[in-house]
Amino acid sequence: MAESKQIVLPGDLIDPSLGKPRNGVFKCGDKQYCSQYFGIVQVSDQGVDVVPFSGPYYPRKGDKVIGKIIEVGPSMWTVDINSPYYTLLHMNDTPWRTTSGDIRKYLGPGDHIYAKVMTLNEIRESWLTLKDVGLRKLEGGHIVGIPAPKVPRIIGRGGSMVNMIKDATSTRIVVGQNGLIWIDGSPENVMMAIRAIKLVEREAHTTGLTDRMEKYLKELKEEK
Amino acid sequence: MGTVSSMKLIDENGIRIDGRSKGELRPIKIETDVIERADGSAFIEWGGNKIIVAVYGPREAYPKHTQDIEKAQVKARYNMAAFSVDERKRPGPDRRSMEISKVISEALSSAVMVEQFPRAQIDVYIEVLQADAGTRIAGLTAASVALAAAGVPMRDMVVGCTAGKVDGQIVLDLCKEEDNFGQADLPMAIMARTGEVVLMQMDGDLTMEEFDEATGLIMDATKRINEIQREALAGKYRTLTLSRGGE
Amino acid sequence: MPKDEAGILSEIKKDFILKKLKEGKRGDERLLDQYREISIQTNYVPRSAGSAFVKLGKTKVLAGIKIEAGDPFPDTPNQGVLTTNVELLPMAFPTFEAGPPNEMSIEIARVVDRGIRESRMIDLEGLVIEPGKKVWIVFVDINVLDYDGNLIDACTLSVISALRTSVVPGSTIEGGKDFKLPVRNLPISVTMVKIGNELVCDPDLEEEQMGTTRITVTTTEDGHIRAMQKGEIGSLTLDEIKKAIRLSSDLGKRIREKYFQ
Repeated sequence: MAESKQIVLPGDLIDPSLGKPRNGVFKCGDKQYCSQYFGIVQVSDQGVDVVPFSGPYYPRKGDKVIGKIIEVGPSMWTVDINSPYYTLLHMNDTPWRTTSGDIRKYLGPGDHIYAKVMTLNEIRESWLTLKDVGLRKLEGGHIVGIPAPKVPRIIGRGGSMVNMIKDATSTRIVVGQNGLIWIDGSPENVMMAIRAIKLVEREAHTTGLTDRMEKYLKELKEEK
Repeated sequence: MGTVSSMKLIDENGIRIDGRSKGELRPIKIETDVIERADGSAFIEWGGNKIIVAVYGPREAYPKHTQDIEKAQVKARYNMAAFSVDERKRPGPDRRSMEISKVISEALSSAVMVEQFPRAQIDVYIEVLQADAGTRIAGLTAASVALAAAGVPMRDMVVGCTAGKVDGQIVLDLCKEEDNFGQADLPMAIMARTGEVVLMQMDGDLTMEEFDEATGLIMDATKRINEIQREALAGKYRTLTLSRGGE
Repeated sequence: MPKDEAGILSEIKKDFILKKLKEGKRGDERLLDQYREISIQTNYVPRSAGSAFVKLGKTKVLAGIKIEAGDPFPDTPNQGVLTTNVELLPMAFPTFEAGPPNEMSIEIARVVDRGIRESRMIDLEGLVIEPGKKVWIVFVDINVLDYDGNLIDACTLSVISALRTSVVPGSTIEGGKDFKLPVRNLPISVTMVKIGNELVCDPDLEEEQMGTTRITVTTTEDGHIRAMQKGEIGSLTLDEIKKAIRLSSDLGKRIREKYFQ
């Protein structure tokens, strides 16, 4: 039976004494719990989760995400947020004043935005808003994607990991909850930041990552 | 099953035409992440079979009128490359490929938690690059790995094997000659933990007792094959060596 | 599973069927292992080599056989050829459309074909005109006229009935004579669907819509299994499959006794 930090496959039994079954765990029999993902068992005070190694982003109300415009309608944009479902942004939920029909001048296909998931219904239709602090169209910079389940590792406790990377590489970084990350800075600095992010992606499931990252960033800077 | 042949498929010592004993599996190897563009992928070598599987999704189903408002649809497309068999096969779906696609889709749908993705579609592309009997089972076994690698939630892993009858004896994992000249062919796939059957077809001539013997061999073998699936997925994470840099 | 025009079996009907199952009966009062009324009319299309119109409850299918001289398959030069096709006619159900065969009709055709072929019902070696060069090709075409569940069994019944009464047009070959198509064995397919925890034989349309998974077992007189197919989404335990095999063998015997003596 699987224990904390163990790698599990869908259908593997999880030890119920580890705690209250939460995300990634389902009831698979009488008093039996199983993993529904290929991932890693995580035990905390709130209970036991299975964090998948990979997978799409599942929108949650209030999440701040980075999205790409894929379609422009008369008063609404269709946005790809690395989720199984497209999401929509209505003109009324942006800071711009305009009559409908001409919204392309604000956002066109291929543009990226930093937005918030405003509403969500039972059949997974969702709407975004740009009306909040820090939300905007992202200009310039570079976008990389990582699997959404690894975002918490990129951010780190209280932002410690992402801040460490930002400081060491002198870049601006915006991390979307959906796994898309925007980086801005000089080309070499952006490359350094991307390499650091890739390290987290590869080793997200291990311990001691913070120390290794410190060392890694130091080495990267010395390479310059 | 095929034509009558004077070929002896099992000798007096119970050794089969390819040197195996009755309950012996052909060598199986599975690798993941072979198509980076896909959400999940796997490559399986099983005997002479070489099959590649790519998973895309879940993603919104298009055209919109095909959407099922209650769940995702798992669509497997089994295809044989023109060069995969002895006599060149005309490219494109034929009746056999369509039936195989159907039973594979159904088997995977029984394991994938489709209720979590209303209006969505999960595409599973199974490409047979080289065929050596048992392609649908090998494809299905690899597809389960690819789906897990893609982070698709499933109740269980799906794993399968074939068994059959040659020269009156029940054997495990038919090779090409046994499939062509044997007396029965039974591909079967189960959910690894519960043993529930999600794919089963049979053609040939079997008594109830022979069926029992065949399914017994298959159930045993699936445990070993499931370990290979596990190694393909988890192996790279367990043996991860910490190196400086590297992309 | 095609949906009817409304798309969904009503919840009320579902509950009704489940409740009756608990009492060991079905919506139409049948027992779980009871077939609907079967009627078979052979030689329905006299111009064909053989034919049979079968009614299984309200499901209606018509099998027509055409036998023509032609080339053998390269890997079986000394055998005749059997080829099976199923047409789901638009009149049979609101969602059936005209056009090339879809996966539903292909599955039915291939399952029916395997049952006939693996039973060796037709002595294909007896259909050689000139070894390696010319053989008789048996074209089996089944037209589904009305769909009320269990097309696989209705189609199998129509094909075996038609083949049993088919005549090979030997007189179309120089110096030849017409002769009865040589058949032996009578394969019977038995299809069940799982509803709740029960296996229900010869499902009608509503039972198919309610059922999760389907299993078909084709047996011959000797009780041997010749073909099996599990279909639709859902799982079966190995014990359920073995139960299905035993039931199929029994029901096969009963159907042979009642309709083919």
